[in-house]
Amino acid sequence: MKVGILNILIMAKIQLNGKKLELKKKHSILTLLKKYKMDSKKIAVELNGKIINHNKYKLTKVKDKDIIEIVHFIGGG
Amino acid sequence: MKNDAFRVGNKILKSRLIVGTGKYKSFKETAKAIKASGADMVTVAVRRVNILDKKKPLLTDFIDPKKIKYLPNTAGCFNSEEALRTLRLAREMGGWKMVKLEVLGDKKTLYPNMIETLKATKILVKEGFKVLVYCSDDPLLARELEHLGATAIMPLASPIGSGLGIQNKINLSLIIKNAKVPIIVDAGIGTSSDATIAMEMGCDAVLVNSAIAKANNPILMAEAFKNSVIAGRQTFLAGRMQKLFYADASSPTKGLI
Repeated sequence: MKVGILNILIMAKIQLNGKKLELKKKHSILTLLKKYKMDSKKIAVELNGKIINHNKYKLTKVKDKDIIEIVHFIGGG
Repeated sequence: MKNDAFRVGNKILKSRLIVGTGKYKSFKETAKAIKASGADMVTVAVRRVNILDKKKPLLTDFIDPKKIKYLPNTAGCFNSEEALRTLRLAREMGGWKMVKLEVLGDKKTLYPNMIETLKATKILVKEGFKVLVYCSDDPLLARELEHLGATAIMPLASPIGSGLGIQNKINLSLIIKNAKVPIIVDAGIGTSSDATIAMEMGCDAVLVNSAIAKANNPILMAEAFKNSVIAGRQTFLAGRMQKLFYADASSPTKGLI
């Protein structure tokens, strides 16, 4: 029974930057960025292989089994 | 030298030295070296955000993209699909249309895969990117890249990070002679005199990372590169004297006692 309750509490199982995560709340891309303290102006998001436009972060819901990649700039030659 | 600005695509750069931002000990050191180099364009890589470390410093906190132009690269990409994905993400990040395409073919030499490079160049140009292309020093392939619409051709001097300097001057001079777009020597520059040689030969700019970052004193080396690129450019514009096989006295013989 306990397992069943836990399953209900998990809204979505996703993969974020190669790591498997369980989200307990409903999330949009924007709230997910806030959760990980990321500045939306300094990153780019790919959802299931498709780049999400910056102005769609608020409207784009995170669903079960989503594969999300969030990238930024680092030092390079 | 006042009217000798470096025009690449729709951008005008004050410096003919483009600096890479990899391999430094810290972002603080990176920022100091860039300042000392006088570069107004730097290359950057696109990578996953580390979601486990929320307080990790960001490159953008140390190098302001509003003041120094970012040139996103595709380092680490081994086929055109990976490179296209990376640059499309870079464009979404801040509207970067000017990019450095680099499709690698071999992990040991980091030599470019020119077949994939040509393929990616064609698509990127079609999508409106201004593509600066890292390539082999083959004059025919360089010409092909120009035909495909590359904004600048960036032949290697020698393998990335090797510091071996210009290994094939003949090929490089053929590329320079044939091209109507800027030629930027990328990869393999080992020391400031290598940059001077490239500029003397007529290259429009040089791209340097390891030679500065891996120097004992990167900040001082960055300044050395700034000066060496200026010296090379001035030498090219001034036009060097002809080489002679015998001596030609500098002091007149007339009035000799």
